[in-house]
Amino acid sequence: MGRYVLRRTAQAAVALLGVSIVVFALIHLVPGDPVRPALGTRFDQELYETLIARAGLDQPLLLQYWNWLTSALTGDLGVSFRTGQPVTGALLQRLPATMLLAFAALLVGLLIALPAGIVSAVRQGRPVDYAASSFSQIGVSVPDFWFGLLLILVFARSLGWLPPSGYVSPLEDPVEAIRRLILPATTAGVVTGAILTRFVRSSVLEAMGAEHVRLARAKGMPERYILRHHVLRNAWIPVVTITGLQLATLLGGIVVVEVVFAWPGIGRLALDAVVRRDYPVLQGAVLLIATGFLLINLLVDLLYARLDPRITTS
Amino acid sequence: MTEPTHDPAEELQAPDEPSEPRWRETLSALLKNRLAAAGMIVLALLILSAVFADLVAPYAYTDGDIVRRLEPPGRDHWFGTDELGRDVLSRVIFGARVSLQVGAVAVGISLMVGTLIGLISGYRGGWIDAVLMRTMDVLFSFPVVLLAIAIVAVLTPSLRNTMIAIGVVFTPIFARGVRGSVLSVREEVYVRASRSLGASDWRIISRHVLPNVAAPVIVQTSLSLAFAILTEAALSYLGIGVQPPRPAWGLMLLDAQGFIPTGAWWMSLFPGLAIFLTVMALNLVGDGLRDALDPKQRSIIQSRGVT
Repeated sequence: MGRYVLRRTAQAAVALLGVSIVVFALIHLVPGDPVRPALGTRFDQELYETLIARAGLDQPLLLQYWNWLTSALTGDLGVSFRTGQPVTGALLQRLPATMLLAFAALLVGLLIALPAGIVSAVRQGRPVDYAASSFSQIGVSVPDFWFGLLLILVFARSLGWLPPSGYVSPLEDPVEAIRRLILPATTAGVVTGAILTRFVRSSVLEAMGAEHVRLARAKGMPERYILRHHVLRNAWIPVVTITGLQLATLLGGIVVVEVVFAWPGIGRLALDAVVRRDYPVLQGAVLLIATGFLLINLLVDLLYARLDPRITTS
Repeated sequence: MTEPTHDPAEELQAPDEPSEPRWRETLSALLKNRLAAAGMIVLALLILSAVFADLVAPYAYTDGDIVRRLEPPGRDHWFGTDELGRDVLSRVIFGARVSLQVGAVAVGISLMVGTLIGLISGYRGGWIDAVLMRTMDVLFSFPVVLLAIAIVAVLTPSLRNTMIAIGVVFTPIFARGVRGSVLSVREEVYVRASRSLGASDWRIISRHVLPNVAAPVIVQTSLSLAFAILTEAALSYLGIGVQPPRPAWGLMLLDAQGFIPTGAWWMSLFPGLAIFLTVMALNLVGDGLRDALDPKQRSIIQSRGVT
């Protein structure tokens, strides 16, 4: 176990180092001067030179990387070429919105996938099973942003039940915050739910085929008892794993949903940075999301190993 | 001594090496699978309308009649018109061209580069393997859309760069898959026999390794196409993929969103439906191929959701 934890953590650390190199390289791969386009018509020689110096772009490459990496580790991601404000501050300001949306979407996904997956496994081959698998087939093929547009058309434009877009902090106005959260969380959650449904179904099916379940059934135990005490207890381990991985995927894919609903999260920030050629902000956002993605994956793997010790030996 | 034309090792043939009858078998299994057959029909129609878009589409995709802008679906315009009075149906048809082209080229890039990397990595092993695989790990550490955004940010948005970005993003999936297959084939008795008889690396790769990695690669290609088309649509919707005036489905949806307040639902509905049907058809064919060729392969969901 200890060896596995060590090896898996080292692997993640190496990947993270690689990620940092790629993110650092972003600004250097841009053809031409990375600072000038960001300033546009506000060009000012003094400001320009300050930004170059602040980003360390006048130093040798290796030294630049070293400085950038060590500052990043202390939480300093440089300043925006556009606003001159620290990137870390901008990211922290956007983080709560993204986290709120990601967790809400995961909740929606689980609310769909747990009942749908369990019922379709228990009623394997029956109409409800077909309905659930059609749902997940459709869910994985639907472009999430299109689904979001349809929801806006129906629930905001036609029925007028919910606001079409925007974000309100739950600390300011909890009711309005939830009203604004429903459509984006449903958009990202349904796709997640479609993916999770298949996993829940297959892990319940696998647990149902186990010897001790057949024995319990042979002993005449009630089906409901068997399901609760023998099947679901074993099925939840892979489900926890997949849910964790889905959170990582959600975090990465949420940029599109944020744009659909004008949700002021990290993804939106990254996209705006691309359009405005504000490379430090783009670097910061990409680094933050990729690090989160790697960390969640690492934690899920370690958790899985802890829950199912057979993993470490293989 | 003459070069041996017959490789005795082939008599110890792997049971699952594809040969002519196996292909026929696969095809008939695929046709018997109703969902996969439906997917193939939809795909065939899509490819035909993309290729013959000029003949099929009732209007040119740039033809706008500003007087008849934002017209709901009717006799002259089955899918309605957009904000410039252009025919949405024609733009959806021409959009198929862009989507299929981006999907095919992007997956073609990842298929070739990924297979090559996987072959070298798995066959050579050692430090080459370590370096290549750690590089793939790094690419794998980025969420797909985010990596594509970062690449496009460097290359500037265009049709060509969209293809390159998606191609790079999907390369590690192929590289890892092929490497795994190569590692398992490399130690098979018939491959070791062939090597001990003095077969060259090239011969072993082309006669034994490639035929064995073909099945999973074919399945992965079909599923990746679906995901590549979704990614292209997302990038175009974000405004950093295919650029106007080229009609891409994602780009049409970006336009459409601005006209939701006017109630022009047809602008949002039809391009999205086209993406959905294309992706669904590719997924169904991919699932069908997997069942027919390689039942052990990971499901489509695994190959996408869990990176």
